[in-house]
Amino acid sequence: MSLNTPDTQICLWTLGFDHPASLATYTANGGYEALRNILAEKTPAEDIIAQVKISALRGRGGAGFPTGLKWSFMPRSFPGDKYIVCNTDEGEPGTFKDRDIVRFNPHQLIEGMIIAGYTLGAVAGYNYIHGEIYEEYQSWEAALEEARAAGLLGRNILGSGWDFDLHAHHGYGAYICGEETALLESIEGKKGQPRFKPPFPASYGLYGKPTTINNTETLASIPWILRHGGQAFLELGKPNNGGSKIFSISGHVNKPGNYEIPLGTPFADLLAMAGGVRTGHTLKAVIPGGSSAPVLPAEVMMSLTMDFDAISRAGSMLGSGAVIVMDDSVCMVKALERLSYFYFEESCGQCTPCREGTGWLYRIIHRIEQGQGRPEDIDELLRIGKNIGGNTICALGEAAVGPVASFVKHFRSEFEYHIEHKRCQVGMSPSDKVGG
Amino acid sequence: MPVIEIDGKQIEIAAEATVMDAAHQAGITIPHFCYHKKLSIAASCRMCLVEVEKAPKPLPACATPVTEGMKVQTRSVKAIAAQQGVMEFLLINHPLDCPICDQGGECQLQDTAVGYGASASRYSEPKRVVKEKDLGPLIATDMTRCIHCSRCVRFGQEISGLMELGMAGRGEHTEVMPFLEAQVSHELSGNVIELCPVGALTSKPFRYSARSWELSRRKSVSPHDGLGSNIQVHVKNNRVLRVVPQENEAINECWIADRDRYSYEALNSPDRLTSPMLKQNGQWREANWQEALEHVAARLNQIRQAQGPAAIAGLASPHQTVEELYLFTKVLRGLGTENIDHRLARADTAASDGVRWLGMAVAEINTLDRVLLIGSTIRQEQPLIAQRLRQAVKHGAELNVLHAAGDDLLCRVNARLINKPGDWVNALAQIAKAMQEAGADLGADMGAALAAIVSVSDHARAIATSLMSGSRRALLLGALAQQHPAAEQLHGLAQSIATACGATLGFLSPAANSVGAQLVGSLPGPEGLGAAAMLATPCSAYVLLGAEPALEAYDAAGAAAALHAADFVVALSAFKMATLEHADVLLPIAAFAETAGSFVNMEGRLQRFQGAVKPQGEARPAWKVLRVLGNLLSLGGFDYDTAEAVLGDALPADFSARLNNAAPPLAPSRLNLVPGLERLGETPPYQLDALVRHAPALQASTDAAPPAAWMGSELLTRLCLAEGGLVRVSQGDRDVVLPVRRDDRLATDTVRVAAHPLTAKLGPRLGPVSVEKV
Amino acid sequence: MLSAASLAQIDHELTKYPPEQKQSAVMSALRIAQTELGWLSRDTIEFVAHYLDMPAIAAYEVATFYNMYDLAPVGRNKITLCTNLPCQLQGADQIAAQMQARLGIGFGETTADGRYTLKEGECMGACGHGPLCLHNNHKMHDHLTPESVGKLLDDMK
Ligand SMILES: Cc1cc2nc3c(=O)[nH]c(=O)nc-3n(C[C@H](O)[C@H](O)[C@H](O)COP(=O)(O)O)c2cc1C
Ligand code: SF4
Ligand code: FES
Repeated sequence: MSLNTPDTQICLWTLGFDHPASLATYTANGGYEALRNILAEKTPAEDIIAQVKISALRGRGGAGFPTGLKWSFMPRSFPGDKYIVCNTDEGEPGTFKDRDIVRFNPHQLIEGMIIAGYTLGAVAGYNYIHGEIYEEYQSWEAALEEARAAGLLGRNILGSGWDFDLHAHHGYGAYICGEETALLESIEGKKGQPRFKPPFPASYGLYGKPTTINNTETLASIPWILRHGGQAFLELGKPNNGGSKIFSISGHVNKPGNYEIPLGTPFADLLAMAGGVRTGHTLKAVIPGGSSAPVLPAEVMMSLTMDFDAISRAGSMLGSGAVIVMDDSVCMVKALERLSYFYFEESCGQCTPCREGTGWLYRIIHRIEQGQGRPEDIDELLRIGKNIGGNTICALGEAAVGPVASFVKHFRSEFEYHIEHKRCQVGMSPSDKVGG
Repeated sequence: MPVIEIDGKQIEIAAEATVMDAAHQAGITIPHFCYHKKLSIAASCRMCLVEVEKAPKPLPACATPVTEGMKVQTRSVKAIAAQQGVMEFLLINHPLDCPICDQGGECQLQDTAVGYGASASRYSEPKRVVKEKDLGPLIATDMTRCIHCSRCVRFGQEISGLMELGMAGRGEHTEVMPFLEAQVSHELSGNVIELCPVGALTSKPFRYSARSWELSRRKSVSPHDGLGSNIQVHVKNNRVLRVVPQENEAINECWIADRDRYSYEALNSPDRLTSPMLKQNGQWREANWQEALEHVAARLNQIRQAQGPAAIAGLASPHQTVEELYLFTKVLRGLGTENIDHRLARADTAASDGVRWLGMAVAEINTLDRVLLIGSTIRQEQPLIAQRLRQAVKHGAELNVLHAAGDDLLCRVNARLINKPGDWVNALAQIAKAMQEAGADLGADMGAALAAIVSVSDHARAIATSLMSGSRRALLLGALAQQHPAAEQLHGLAQSIATACGATLGFLSPAANSVGAQLVGSLPGPEGLGAAAMLATPCSAYVLLGAEPALEAYDAAGAAAALHAADFVVALSAFKMATLEHADVLLPIAAFAETAGSFVNMEGRLQRFQGAVKPQGEARPAWKVLRVLGNLLSLGGFDYDTAEAVLGDALPADFSARLNNAAPPLAPSRLNLVPGLERLGETPPYQLDALVRHAPALQASTDAAPPAAWMGSELLTRLCLAEGGLVRVSQGDRDVVLPVRRDDRLATDTVRVAAHPLTAKLGPRLGPVSVEKV
Repeated sequence: MLSAASLAQIDHELTKYPPEQKQSAVMSALRIAQTELGWLSRDTIEFVAHYLDMPAIAAYEVATFYNMYDLAPVGRNKITLCTNLPCQLQGADQIAAQMQARLGIGFGETTADGRYTLKEGECMGACGHGPLCLHNNHKMHDHLTPESVGKLLDDMK
């Protein structure tokens, strides 16, 4: 099996075609077949959910929650409206896969959402699209029009008597809206501030109605699973980690980009596919699952396979599959400073530990980077982190703490050097820029 | 009901309860800031984190539902660590300015920091500074102290119904602010002061005037609308420095209206009457009590002997206490006159049989599911009843309105019948007719009378449909319906409708003691004149208790003329009121908070209170003044030592048996529509009584804006008027010049001109009016 | 206040949501208004709020929560450069320095002639193509190099 080719690609297989995003390309290659079958055979929702469970598809949005299980939480006999929501608010630093799905294979996402809507009894679905990708927002709306014109959306879909529609909702610059309940608030026209759970969206979601939220890649995988069977999907990956997964590699590699390969592929293979570490440098550290995932040193990383369980055993997480590669030129204090600034800047501000704590963390790290650090600062960072983590409404609190704790854990000496020598160990003075 | 355990204590609690509810029930304190029992759950401050067995992380007690067998620790090592962590975060950006903060001593943050904080913060970065916001004359801000609990914002969204404050920005830069500065104008706005757990929102008039621990706190009852909100009067050095709510779930819950909160300022007004005054040869001079009262007694005796007792008339304000009103009527009846009334603002003051009241408990309003509000500018008249109706609507009630203006009630209104006041009898009859057509039985007489109704509007039908569905229904007659020239007919029709659909009929008592005044007989006797009649043709002598007819009467200008024409006017008043130039003697009486007494609120609840401060200057409690006057007039039966003793005579123990809203049998006769422009003249919220009229902060607020002539676009066009221009508004030969304002929610042919000192030269509040460009 | 075309766009957005959920369209309505008028004044926000039957302060909350709304006038060309870690590793700092030197302004500033505004942005979800920037919120330019930046700026009129 060759990697990152139609052999292993679930979502990005249209890339080799002239018009990858068109309805024609999609249908000519089996697109919407799964939907047609379901509607023609009136497949019971339980059967669909059973296939998704067999596939061991785990949420591609970050938490890796089993999708079949999540779908089974939706109340069956709810009298009012229900909704399905797709999370394309891709804003986790390092992640850029969902944009490519929307750009290059929008119809597979549309089909996935329609099937999800059918399975979960939804009246409508919304795709929440990250503010900074306006062109994708427009192209997805165009794809919806195409689908509507083909009778795939709207009233009486494909003559089945079933009505369902999809809409795009455009974000406008707030990372926190990737958090599912903040996203719902945002669709409701409010500030994107996460809700306290319980109640969970499956019982109180959009407009207070039962709602299922899935990541773009998760939903786009559904048509494949139903066409080829859950077992085929599972077998692509490994037990409990079904299917292929898109890995977005960025940072110090020669060929940054998206690689859709089976879960369980060794990290070394992925790195090789991405052209290896920037020529002339050696690997220093990797953030394996988006900026919120704890950083791992090179030697740990090189021994791992890319799947939820392996990465988690190593003390980090696969998250969204965003792999940020850092070579030996990187000052870890400087890198952490930038990430801390991000979480400080993106805290929604509603709950105390995150609102107050992320700024405090950033300011200390900034001071250390600037050569103003104090010996007690490192332990202080860890102490503050403990007071944030687990005490917030949503996981942004933990996300902000994860990098701090792991950078200090694996690279403490660099922080100590900064404080003691008021300059960077990697060679540059603190104010010098890193990277390039 | 699940049983849970908190700190080892077993608690049986309702299934839908939270851990916070359970702790509260068991008397266990869990520190909190964003949680408030009347607001939705935000779970954002994280102060209430507790340890729950089997939960991997501490959970917020305020938002965690109880489950059977749950074990909670509020003071375990893990819980305390979480609480201390949150406390430290809250303090890092909070100024340590407790010594100059008005909240000092009653600050939830300060108290919690002592109980739940760690010793010293290790924060050494610069603290956040937030720009001040101008929220108008009532609320002061120190926004740097804000801890982002969002209570004030949720109050606007959920209780007042008007989102005046928001939290703009994001993250650390989030700031509580109004959309535009000085825009906070809601009649309940001051409640954010108690909601704010820190000193970010405080009372502007109170600012820096005392430290909280220097104040003595006395319970009292608000003297304004008929709700009788419970309050605490805070006193230092014999001065009332502020008023705050006293929680009473059955009446005001934990809220008060702005006028309840800020009217105390009038107590220290320079307009207070501080010594008895006599007018001689057109000149006022101060007099001592003895001299003044002897003069009053002599003049009243003289007039009685010369012209008979019916030449004497007595008008009392329904904001006076039961004891005062009782002795007032006792003096007048002792003099032999039956010309006694407290209903100055009413056009139709025929004697009535029953004591008009709400017809139910105040708290029942929240549980209604169908309401018809008849002639009530509810937000102005009854700010907290409006709030309760809003809660009812939130829970699914259908609120229907009959009025001359489609004002924003800050909640969903099911159907509105918007007609000029002169057409209200017709409008109400249309509703009755629609019900009749839908099969309701309106009784033989009413049924026959309804034959006169030829057309029924869709709105009337919608209201009828609404009233005929649901199970807990009420028709509520507001101040305008009670003041209306056809008040009896409106009452009769409302009664028929209520009977036909099984609704409760209620009166929204306009004043703090409207019910008490009726109970003590502050009403004309069989041969006596009601307020309107007393003022329509001048009497020789008027005795006024707290009343200011030239502002408060239905026909203010007519009242002024009557007083002017009288031989003798004596006013018992707390203020030197400009319109009392008609008087001959002014007797200074204690104002609210300066005397003991009682009120009976709209639900018939007797509430007693003590004085909190001494009266200003020579002022004396009115009951004592009346006692002396009664004795000077040798009337007998005035030997009371205490207000309580007066109360014993004033109200029988079983007075509630006299509460009765049954209308006299009367078929409606004013069913025809009347052509022509009509005035809609409500009492603005801060003109309700002498106290609010003299309270500076209230007078500086938006709701006290000078009156204008409000008309709809169609009328403006018809009269060739432009918004912003000036018009002459005339009633008969009286007129005033007012600016023109536009309001398209007004009924056709309606000119809204409030009853205000600047419009007191006009006549009837709901009478015909003409308008011309100047 | 807004052109018929903008109002038509807002009306289209409104069709996406249940009729009683007009507020759902506030984000797109603000975006559409900003696209037409260049930035969001209080009057514009109030107009949008009225149009959607929501309190003005609630619309203002939204406008101040999301980064891409401009609550003060910006240059004709607003350039938002992502400086987050992946882009930084791929050279965003140099691009930033270069843009700042060329335009003579720092982040958050506008050139005196009102032609350019420079902003620092957070992750735009296209990291593999970084360094990259967003032009007037809606057009992404990726794979920026020291060589390409000059021409990119010059082409913005
Ligand atoms: C701060 C934060 C940001 C998140 N951002 C995203 C995101 O950009 N895209 C996404 O799909 N999920 C994101 N998530 C995860 C979502 O909350 C949610 O778990 C996910 O969309 C569920 O979809 P899945 O089960 O298909 O993964 C984020 C979570 C948090 C706490
Ligand atoms: S953790 Fe941060 S982002 Fe999440 S709800 Fe709390 S303040 Fe908002
Ligand atoms: S009181 Fe529970 S989080 Fe604020």
